[in-house]
Amino acid sequence: MRVIQFREALREAMNEEMRRDKDIFLIGEEVAEYNGAYKVSQGMLDEFGDKRIIDTPIAELGFAGIAVGAAMNGLRPIVEFMTFNFSLVAIDQVINSAAKMYQMSGGQFNMPMVFRGPTASAGQLGAQHSQAFENWYANCPGLKVVVPSNPYDAKGLLKTAIRDNDPVIFMESEQMYGDKGEVPEEEYLIPIGKAVVKREGTDVTIVSFGKIIKVAYAAAEELAKEGINVEIIDLRTVRPIDYDTIIESVKKTNRLVIVEEAWPLANISTEITYMVQKRAFDYLDAPIIRVNTADTPLGYAPTFVEAFLPSVKQVMDSVKSVMYK
Amino acid sequence: MTSFTKETYMRWFEQMMLMRRFEEKTAQLYGQQKIKGFCHLYIGQEAVVAGTMSALNSDDRIITAYRDHAHALACGISANAVMAELYGKVTGCSKGKGGSMHMFSKEHNFFGGHGIVGGQIPLGAGIAFADMYRGGKQVTVCYMGDGAVRQGALHEAFNMAMLWKIPVIFVCENNGYAMGTSVERTTNQMDIYKIGLAYDMPCKEVDGMQAETVHEAIAEAAERARKGDGPTFLEIRTYRYRGHSMSDPAKYRTKEEVEEYKMRDPLERVRKTILDNKWATEAELEAAEEKIMAEVLASVEFSENSPYPEGSALWEDVYSEPNYPFITE
Ligand SMILES: Cc1ncc(C[n+]2csc(CCOP(=O)(O)OP(=O)(O)O)c2C)c(N)n1
Ligand SMILES: [Mg+2]
Repeated sequence: MRVIQFREALREAMNEEMRRDKDIFLIGEEVAEYNGAYKVSQGMLDEFGDKRIIDTPIAELGFAGIAVGAAMNGLRPIVEFMTFNFSLVAIDQVINSAAKMYQMSGGQFNMPMVFRGPTASAGQLGAQHSQAFENWYANCPGLKVVVPSNPYDAKGLLKTAIRDNDPVIFMESEQMYGDKGEVPEEEYLIPIGKAVVKREGTDVTIVSFGKIIKVAYAAAEELAKEGINVEIIDLRTVRPIDYDTIIESVKKTNRLVIVEEAWPLANISTEITYMVQKRAFDYLDAPIIRVNTADTPLGYAPTFVEAFLPSVKQVMDSVKSVMYK
Repeated sequence: MTSFTKETYMRWFEQMMLMRRFEEKTAQLYGQQKIKGFCHLYIGQEAVVAGTMSALNSDDRIITAYRDHAHALACGISANAVMAELYGKVTGCSKGKGGSMHMFSKEHNFFGGHGIVGGQIPLGAGIAFADMYRGGKQVTVCYMGDGAVRQGALHEAFNMAMLWKIPVIFVCENNGYAMGTSVERTTNQMDIYKIGLAYDMPCKEVDGMQAETVHEAIAEAAERARKGDGPTFLEIRTYRYRGHSMSDPAKYRTKEEVEEYKMRDPLERVRKTILDNKWATEAELEAAEEKIMAEVLASVEFSENSPYPEGSALWEDVYSEPNYPFITE
């Protein structure tokens, strides 16, 4: 099969959907003339023109709000945040407007829009540029939150997100844009809210999503050499969460490790842990372990990046720990 | 003719030369991956900071965005401490926690480099508010870029700063571009300083390629602030010779445009004034330059020889409470 980059997969998804539906437009900083801060929207201005590929001033609150208003009046905006760190400037419009509008209006005004951009850490960028807000957005009813980890999922899920009539938060990574993966030429869609078993195993289930799942894959490879058979589930969507796929796997392996790049308090791991103990208590042979980031902002020095992020070793140790090894 | 003294020019020369050589070295080290992350150079804009500092007192306050190396140096933070911060070493002015974008020094009244565009604008007003509250005579200079003035936070802060006569000088360093976006692509009103008019805030445009004009504008604004007449908004027109950050090839502008500004280089201008007035000989200026170069090289050596912070220091400085119960499992 054809192999393309993550950023190309995203671009194809937007291009294909924009060709299908003239109400879709892309708005954000540097998306048009600069071809995207991370070159996701390369060439889109040439194809669709400046009516539909719109550069904005650095005014996240304003352009997010304008997009919400446009969605209220029938358009289907794709809002690009240069990174989700900057979405905090706009978060009032995301939470108080986009997420509430359909219900507040008694079902009259839906919000067919996507807010997308990179999330989480991307090297030594310091505290203000290294944050993962997946669980913040996932906490809010009215939003859907998608966090793909590979080009195939990125394309199929972004197309679905664009067609969705509810507001979707779509979170990528600077460190994944160059990743290559197989993506078919033919059109396909991936449903929001469906996890996927990426690796079958019998001993321990690892649940993860987004860029950090690569740490789980690496750990699984190492563990396989030691005869430990790990099953890996890629959530792909963190609101809604596909609890059934997780529960089914836990019923088989009886052990669960969750790997998530997020601060530990009230994150996605916490939520999954609750639901698993509620629905599969009798199947658990060990306490669930989560592997998260440090409970701190991320500092600049390389030693901090290392201390902060979930590591292959931590995941391996956690897997062994739930196996009482 | 100039109304500034030899001493002022010599100080400008040394300050701007230090900024220039320090950042040229920074660029080189970034290429060698000694410095990581986002790194934004100030080369070309030096007269703005130099002209500001000569018009202020040493207890006045400075706050800016992420393009902050020169501001940090001009506040008196040592080249060693700034370079070590770029390296992420524990001897850096933010202990390796901040990096290029987040230089800080309480001791030098430098309230930091800030990474969220426009985020520092209300902070600058707040710093000045605290001095006013205590009856102090300090003023705060709050820098921002031409891109930052499009943030809503500016308008809220401007209104309150004016309403409460806060002793803050808002300085827009208009270098023509916010990343790849020129000013004209973000507004119908090219005169950024006119944003002040909506709040009846004294405001004007200043040539930022010369330290003299910057000094005069800042001195006037500082006097107004110290008298209790509140804020000023200065649009200081300047230019960055390099790309937005180390990863920007700057294809959105022409070579001719860059060359045009280099012809008006602020550092060369100061050098020429000094020579024309025979305040120093070529040889003396070269000696001064060599001394500065030695200071820069020493800062590199200092940084190379400094250790990285321990990973465990990640849990330090998050709370001032000593035994905060972090979640560790
Ligand atoms: C709220 C926010 N949005 C976007 C960014 C990404 N960003 C960093 S610098 C920059 C351009 C800022 O330009 P300007 O204010 O003119 O300052 P300059 O870089 O020219 O000094 C952008 C868009 C950010 N850091 N914060
Ligand atoms: Mg600028």
